[in-house]
Amino acid sequence: MTSPKLLEVKNLRVEFPTRRGTLVAVDDVSLEIAAGEVLGVVGESGAGKSMTGAAIIGLLEPPGRIASGEIRLEGRRIDNLPYHEMRRIRGRQIGAIFQDPLTSLNPLYKVGDQLIETIQTHLPLTHAQARDRAVKLLEDVGIPSAAERITHYPHQFSGGMRQRVVIALALAAEPKLIIADEPTTALDVSIQAQIIQLLRRLCREHGTAVMLVTHDMGVIAETADRVAVMYAGRIAEIGPVQDVIKRPHHPYTVGLMGAIPAMGHKAERLTQIDGSMPRLNAIPKGCAFNPRCPKVFDRCRVERPDPMPAGNSNAACWLVAKEPAHV
Amino acid sequence: MSKTPMLSVTNLKRVFDVSAPWLNRMLEGKGRSIVRAVDGVNFSIDKGETFSLVGESGCGKSTVARLIVGLYEPSDGSINFEGVEIGESAARAKHPEIQGRMQMIFQDPYASLNPRWRVGDIVAEPLRFRRLLKSRAEIQTRVGELLAQVGLSPLDARKYPHEFSGGQRQRISIARALAGEPEFLVCDEPTSALDVSVQAQILNLMKELQRKLNLTYLFISHNLAVVYHVSDKVGVMYLGRLVEWADTQTLFERPLHPYTRMLLDAIPDLDMTGRARTPVAGEVPSPLNPPPGCSFHPRCPLANDRCRREVPKALPVEGGAVACHAVEENRLPPWKTQAAA
Repeated sequence: MTSPKLLEVKNLRVEFPTRRGTLVAVDDVSLEIAAGEVLGVVGESGAGKSMTGAAIIGLLEPPGRIASGEIRLEGRRIDNLPYHEMRRIRGRQIGAIFQDPLTSLNPLYKVGDQLIETIQTHLPLTHAQARDRAVKLLEDVGIPSAAERITHYPHQFSGGMRQRVVIALALAAEPKLIIADEPTTALDVSIQAQIIQLLRRLCREHGTAVMLVTHDMGVIAETADRVAVMYAGRIAEIGPVQDVIKRPHHPYTVGLMGAIPAMGHKAERLTQIDGSMPRLNAIPKGCAFNPRCPKVFDRCRVERPDPMPAGNSNAACWLVAKEPAHV
Repeated sequence: MSKTPMLSVTNLKRVFDVSAPWLNRMLEGKGRSIVRAVDGVNFSIDKGETFSLVGESGCGKSTVARLIVGLYEPSDGSINFEGVEIGESAARAKHPEIQGRMQMIFQDPYASLNPRWRVGDIVAEPLRFRRLLKSRAEIQTRVGELLAQVGLSPLDARKYPHEFSGGQRQRISIARALAGEPEFLVCDEPTSALDVSVQAQILNLMKELQRKLNLTYLFISHNLAVVYHVSDKVGVMYLGRLVEWADTQTLFERPLHPYTRMLLDAIPDLDMTGRARTPVAGEVPSPLNPPPGCSFHPRCPLANDRCRREVPKALPVEGGAVACHAVEENRLPPWKTQAAA
């Protein structure tokens, strides 16, 4: 990659100590995001995608903790910062957008006050300047008559409009990176299209990088530059979005792509991956996908694959090692 | 159509009174507020086919499902099951055998199974309720068969719902629905709470069962790709009205209603990497206060004065029907033929 790395995650491992042993939610995840790049992170529920996002922004819910590995933002380690220092980075350098816009806004404060508070926390502006900026931000995210809407409470906005407000909040201090965790999942399709469009436009204009966490491959296809497919806490495959979608190497990615009902050609049956994702306390030995994998062989059951080059992507699969040339 | 359809619905309406309490209305001088959740819907479903209703949240699709299985009573209009009128609850009560022939599968398998019952009891409940089988042994055998049919083990009957994943739970609710040997299943978003790979398993299972047991489905979903995959006919709903219906191929290849076109344009597709879309402005208006005339006119690029005044009537077209003045007046632009195929 030619552009400098903005975010670098190396061998990240997130653990949840419980009475019945330690659960590993994220296991040996390494990824990079360049400035201005959109990295999609997909996977089914329980794959560890949201945990990865939460670890990066320093919002892991206790008892969850980063057990090993490091996270660097512009070369500076941020995973071991004390609480008050991390607070300054959160919002200023890394913004966050969560799934449910109703729970990420405080229902007791006017939308404008929430924006102004965020702006003043991070930028040295007077109240009046911050207010102007808040109006400008709301206009930017496409809220009509922003100057008036700024005095409204969150419940006076519709779902799509609320998500726009949340995006405005995330952008308030011009962060370099935004972690968007399922930003469109709670919205209807027509609104979802508007929000994706908006997110893409704003990030281009502001040069913001985005880590887009979602289970919807269609959203990734339209938005992301690169995509990481996660399974049972590990990265199964990571690479340019077109390569992963059109030429998937990992059997899990292949299955996932086939399982999405496609428009245009009607298949009698969808490709199905039998079984379901293992629970965190019962991740199989070797490759986590081996009990469900149609192409499993002996090595998969014993030895765990690390991501290795496969075409333009990296796939954690022994099949790739067996056949180095593209399949 | 020469033969009688399995289910036909004529001018179905359901209103909900969401007014404030009487005293508040008196003090604040407010009138009643009424939501027209379903406002004059017509369609029919033939035996063995899958009819889907799609639309965004609040369009009334789930209300239609509940009206058909009798969880709500229609405010107006008729529901006809193989020639028997079952719209009013009194009429429905006269035909318990018909009620037994239809079953419903719900969206959330976490909420639709009683957590304190064993799976065996959950699946056996319809058998016990309708006294289809008497002896314990018979019931147990039948429950085992049902669980095997949906891809679970007969031994799972001893377990509780919390021991299963979301996909397995949805299999349990399908087994329960099939227990009374229904012919007609109403599926309200059966896969929207599931992950894609599990969704594929459930959709495949539902198709298999349909073939094997000759089931008829009314399928409710907001996911157009899923609908495209499972249905023979599709109806598109917007604010309580059916704006267009047609057989699946026609609807997806030559959509007529501007709302259908908008929905089709809005689905993110794997082939559309980096594609610039023309996002549709606006949101679904509140059903409390729907716009006059065609309820889609504030968002419609083709709206004119007539659309703002007059509610469009359903017009029969090739393979279906559409309720749009622009179609009637022939001012509809041609639909781009989708290159992705």
